[in-house]
Amino acid sequence: MRDVAVVAFAQSEHSFSDLGWTEADLVMPLVNEVLSVTGMDRSEIGFTCSGSNDYLVGTPFSFVAALDTIGAWPPIAESHVEQDGAWALYEAWVRMQHGDIDAALVYGFGKGTIGDQVGISSLSYDPYYLAPLVPGHIAMAGLQARALKDAGFDVDPDPTPPPATDGAAAVILAAGEVARRVCSRPAWITGLDHRIEPHAIGSRDLTHSPSTREAAARAGVRPGVVDFAELHTRFEHEEVLLRRELGLDEKTVVNPSGGPRKADPIMATGLIRIGEAAARIHDGSAQRAVAHAASGPCLQHNLVCVLAADTASDLVSEGER
Amino acid sequence: MTTQASSSSQAAQTSASRASASQTSDERVVHVLEFPGGYTRSTGPVIGRFLTGLRSGRLFGVRMPDGRVLVPPTEYDPQTAAALGTADEDWVEVGPAGTVTTWTWVDDPRPDHPLDRPFAWALIRPDGADTALLHAVDSGSKAAMATGMRVHPTWRAERTGAVKDIACFAPGEGPAEVPALVPAPDGEAELEPVSMVTLPHRLEYRLRGGTVWNHFIDGMAVGQIRGTRCAKCGKVFVPPRGACPGDGVPATEWVDLPDTGVLTTFAVNNVPAAGAPEVPFISGYVLLDGADIAMLALVSDVPWQEVRIGMRVRGVWVPDAERTRSVKNLKWFAPTGEPDVPFEQFEEYV
Ligand SMILES: [Zn+2]
Repeated sequence: MRDVAVVAFAQSEHSFSDLGWTEADLVMPLVNEVLSVTGMDRSEIGFTCSGSNDYLVGTPFSFVAALDTIGAWPPIAESHVEQDGAWALYEAWVRMQHGDIDAALVYGFGKGTIGDQVGISSLSYDPYYLAPLVPGHIAMAGLQARALKDAGFDVDPDPTPPPATDGAAAVILAAGEVARRVCSRPAWITGLDHRIEPHAIGSRDLTHSPSTREAAARAGVRPGVVDFAELHTRFEHEEVLLRRELGLDEKTVVNPSGGPRKADPIMATGLIRIGEAAARIHDGSAQRAVAHAASGPCLQHNLVCVLAADTASDLVSEGER
Repeated sequence: MTTQASSSSQAAQTSASRASASQTSDERVVHVLEFPGGYTRSTGPVIGRFLTGLRSGRLFGVRMPDGRVLVPPTEYDPQTAAALGTADEDWVEVGPAGTVTTWTWVDDPRPDHPLDRPFAWALIRPDGADTALLHAVDSGSKAAMATGMRVHPTWRAERTGAVKDIACFAPGEGPAEVPALVPAPDGEAELEPVSMVTLPHRLEYRLRGGTVWNHFIDGMAVGQIRGTRCAKCGKVFVPPRGACPGDGVPATEWVDLPDTGVLTTFAVNNVPAAGAPEVPFISGYVLLDGADIAMLALVSDVPWQEVRIGMRVRGVWVPDAERTRSVKNLKWFAPTGEPDVPFEQFEEYV
């Protein structure tokens, strides 16, 4: 694998009420901030990928409005995922493995305050068996919390949702020497993987998260010390389950940023986990950190990203010495 | 440790300026996203067969390769993706009673929920099944709910072959009586197997106009079209945008534009549209004098046969007394009678 690092991260001052921000208002300051932190010019960005959800604002192709912020004329290489920005980062990371570009811009944004989150989340579920009932994200979390409680975990079986939030985040990924040039302490992505569980919620064992476990194994969370972990825990009971499936011990500090329980700018929340974990490496407080992003009901789809101050090849050459 | 603090002074400044500007209007506008009549989906053979069973007041599952019975069934094994339900002998009638495997309480039901009083969502494993389906349990109180409790379905008389044919589940073994189908068919054979479902889509939003939009609308209220100019490339955008799409920088300088321009392209519409005048009506792109982007508008006060690309047009406004804070103040564009503009002069904007 090619060495790719998170070299810059910015997030908005999130809002818990609608301030009338457009997509461009949310994203533009952050794009300019990550460019300015790295000293990079827009022409050095070989690929741009964003994550958002049109249902949040009820406008088809709402992500197109955010393109105003990135200077998309003359045409640039650009892509979008109808998912959290963490999956946009995954696509950009895969794109960078092709080897022909050295830098990518990733952003995610969402307005959680203006819409009906129970209705919106229900439309993302199975349209035959689940969506017609309009269960919503809070009830889905409640089913998992109760299952965990029944299985002996010390959790509240009646979960409360995170605060509805408007916000955005942006990240620049850079490869090899470019990363070292634009960042004094790059946060190298040493492993990145995502796995999904069945659509049929009643066919899953909600007291386990096999997708998290498999993604963690493939991303190489273990062996090695994990100083910090940023987990996409929109509900409190999810932390105990994720800690177990990720194999984190008590020494790992979870969500030093405050996590999604403090601010949940939906579609940016997962990308912020990667950005916050990277920021702990940028500022020298961590050698190695894990970020997690989730999507779907009851942690259906999980992404695990391992970040380190040293690349895999750095560690090999140290061993040789 | 504080959370989500922005490390960006630039972001802080932008937010501050937004905050002061947005105090000028705290108005919220209701926006509705709706697919009238709902969104239709074909069911495929497996889901269709299950839903056909619901219409008859019966629950069916399909046997997976490992021998377990999947309810509600899908065309594929959730674990291995193997095809399921292709043979009649793979289908198994289950329930109707079952066991709650987990649940959560709802204090405030929504109008689109199965019940109009507090209830529990539960995963229910019907007898003879190895997986669970989601539905509402009408237990009367949260205290009456427990994992492992026995429940049975309560069927609607108006069954269409949908998951809501089950009104809800009720505590106890039953009997799960199935009322005669309403409206009554001439015979079971009269009913085709279920092959489609319709899912209503209606979402409401409460929006606040942004700073740029508010300033534009304030202009429209007094009959003034306002645009923004990019400081880098000098282009003028109308309707205004807060960022230059070419440069990705703020476009914050305001420009008052005349209501005259050139029609760069148009369409004669013969299909009625909500909010549009009687057919045929003409929609077109008008490049206002001094603007660098054409805006979508209606064209009228001219027979449709006489509308031309390159035609000079001027805005027609509602009378002063009828003006509101709305883009509808500008009714449409009408010909000025000036000579047409040669194509080469606006070619780059087409
Ligand atoms: Zn410009």
